[in-house]
Amino acid sequence: MSDVTGPAPVSALNGAVFDGYVRIAEAPMRGMITLRGDLSSSMMRNGATKVTGCDMPGQRQISLGEDRVIAWMSPDELLVGMPLSETAEALETLAGTFTDPAFSAVDVTHARAAFTLTGEDALVREVLAKLAPVDMSPEAFPEGSFRRTRLAQVPAAFWMPEPGRAELVCFRSVAGYVFSILSDAAREDGIVGLYA
Amino acid sequence: MLLLECPNCGVIAEETEFHGGGEAHLKRFGPGSSDQDFEGYLFQRENPRGVHFERWRHVTGCGKWFHAARDTVTLEVFGTYSAQTVEPPEDLLETIRAKRPGFKWRDIA
Ligand SMILES: [Zn+2]
Repeated sequence: MSDVTGPAPVSALNGAVFDGYVRIAEAPMRGMITLRGDLSSSMMRNGATKVTGCDMPGQRQISLGEDRVIAWMSPDELLVGMPLSETAEALETLAGTFTDPAFSAVDVTHARAAFTLTGEDALVREVLAKLAPVDMSPEAFPEGSFRRTRLAQVPAAFWMPEPGRAELVCFRSVAGYVFSILSDAAREDGIVGLYA
Repeated sequence: MLLLECPNCGVIAEETEFHGGGEAHLKRFGPGSSDQDFEGYLFQRENPRGVHFERWRHVTGCGKWFHAARDTVTLEVFGTYSAQTVEPPEDLLETIRAKRPGFKWRDIA
């Protein structure tokens, strides 16, 4: 794949940014690969850890490396993330590891959009809580938690890699919608003080 | 509000994260069955005031199906259980019998 030349990939919203009481920014493109198979098997563990260098995550957890992640998506699904330029190599490694046809690795990079929310920790949590039916208090959603849920009318997943920052992924086809509802939720005049 | 616990991923969330999949434990009657059995399979559904068994899907979460037993009047959820079964687990039925003595749902009581 690396010898195929063409226009460089463009993110859904060209890096759109909204500055409200929380900053909403479309994240630069990252490689994302969906892995399916038995999560307790050594084949899955080998594949996921080899391409990320991260530990296997527990149920509804995300395992964070410096620039790579493994997220627990469902009882038979993981999402691995890596720098965009290293996606092809990771897919090759996975193809070599997943020799059993009951395991699959699919590149979903171009089917996803990603957003970063930054600001005061309580306020970042509040913006997500406005849109998702999730208890975002630090006790209920500590660092390392990973949640697939509903963001207003569309599916999304998010995690908080550190206090004051949330990372969110959604389908690329709804990137504009997700950016607009996040921006609306983060409007300066909209502070509720839910986790103050 | 209906709060369901997905037995596949352990999330407890309100119903908007899920999608109802209709009545649970239907037995399929396909080609070769009698007209009456086929009609029953296709159209006849329970619509109880009280204990009910349903299929649900954790649609914006882990994506998996499961079963739920609940009360349609109070919205109390007695429990959720695996999709890979043709009948409710016995310990869940015990719980329901204790809470709703004499309940009857199809041939479950
Ligand atoms: Zn679930």
